[in-house]
Amino acid sequence: MKFSYYPGCTLKTRAASLDEAARLSAEALGVIMEELPEWQCCGAVYPMARDEYATKLSAVRALDGAKQSDQPLLTLCSACHHVIKRVNNDMRTDSEMRMKVNNYMQLDTPYAGETEVIHYLEMLRDAVGFGKLREKVTNPLSGRKIAAYYGCMLLRPSSVMQFDNPENPSIMEDFIAAIGAEPVKYPYRNECCGGYVSVEEKSIAQDMSRRITHSAASGGAEAVLTACPLCLYNLNENGTGEVQVYYFTELLAQALGLKTVEGGLAHAC
Amino acid sequence: MLVDEAEETKTIVKVSGVNAKKCMKCGKCSATCPSFAEMDIHPHRFVSMVEEGDVLALMQSKSLWKCLSCFACVERCPRGVEPANLIEAARLMVIRERGRNRLKAEMIPSLLDERMPQQLLVSAFRKYSK
Ligand code: SF4
Ligand code: SF4
Repeated sequence: MKFSYYPGCTLKTRAASLDEAARLSAEALGVIMEELPEWQCCGAVYPMARDEYATKLSAVRALDGAKQSDQPLLTLCSACHHVIKRVNNDMRTDSEMRMKVNNYMQLDTPYAGETEVIHYLEMLRDAVGFGKLREKVTNPLSGRKIAAYYGCMLLRPSSVMQFDNPENPSIMEDFIAAIGAEPVKYPYRNECCGGYVSVEEKSIAQDMSRRITHSAASGGAEAVLTACPLCLYNLNENGTGEVQVYYFTELLAQALGLKTVEGGLAHAC
Repeated sequence: MLVDEAEETKTIVKVSGVNAKKCMKCGKCSATCPSFAEMDIHPHRFVSMVEEGDVLALMQSKSLWKCLSCFACVERCPRGVEPANLIEAARLMVIRERGRNRLKAEMIPSLLDERMPQQLLVSAFRKYSK
């Protein structure tokens, strides 16, 4: 199982643990993540305007890079996944954009949305299989009550993202069960953490993040998992502090016996 | 600067790709918007204001800076209208004008904390500045 891999800027810096635990775990699961030889920041938000082209080029370059290697493109950060998957959909379905982007890029072969974009969680579910993952777990998180936080970017708009049921997703809960913990479902798991407004209006992000962490804690969760560095930041900085927030790959690496996460969760396992 | 509201409306319709006529005015977009309480003009009104050609008020609205691009209104609209695309287009009409950037590089040091992910700054710059 071999994938081209797009890490993204934050995974090289603040969210290095999200990336590092993903690579370690992939190796243990027999998955090869081949980092694209060249990649640029995806821009972190999908440009919705129909006349924005330049802001979508970095995603197209990453997609074409994977096409050159004839491999699916693996993503990890929710925001990168969102941007790259939606730009790919545009390249497939919007003939005007396809023409303008290809006119500008002058690739040997025009890019038309051929690459398959796969999030790491989808890779675990579809390429490895949660049953197989369960077999590989050496250090199950038995007895731990853990909640998934999906946020917005992985799920919406579901017509393009096709990640899971946008209102009642289960992939992260299935992942939590596969690493031996008990998944906790709670009402706010697919609501927004406040996203980028927290840079200038902390109070908005506080209202939203507090609702999420409080809702998870009320459901009995001791920890919350995310795939997004901005969600992790908002839930930690602007939440109620009732739950610990981890990247899902950190607990994956721990369950596979590769690495122990920082914080309290390690000790009781 | 003299602004032609009819022209601005046409541009917003084109840039957003939204067909406001599809809206059946059910209000679900506003009901589901997590930023509803912060906004002076709400998502269902983005749609009717564009339909009515009343976009200058929308372009002055504080809602431009309160939308989180969470796509809840897009996902849950029963008519596939995509209200978020309209507020994005209205925001772009503002920041594409010289000197209208909301976020400036010199503001960043005072907003930073050491745990802030790069993703946050990139997103905010993409949304608030050109
Ligand atoms: S949810 Fe859709 S149809 Fe209903 S008011 Fe909003 S835009 Fe109109
Ligand atoms: S995308 Fe913006 S307008 Fe739509 S529900 Fe989210 S915050 Fe509200």
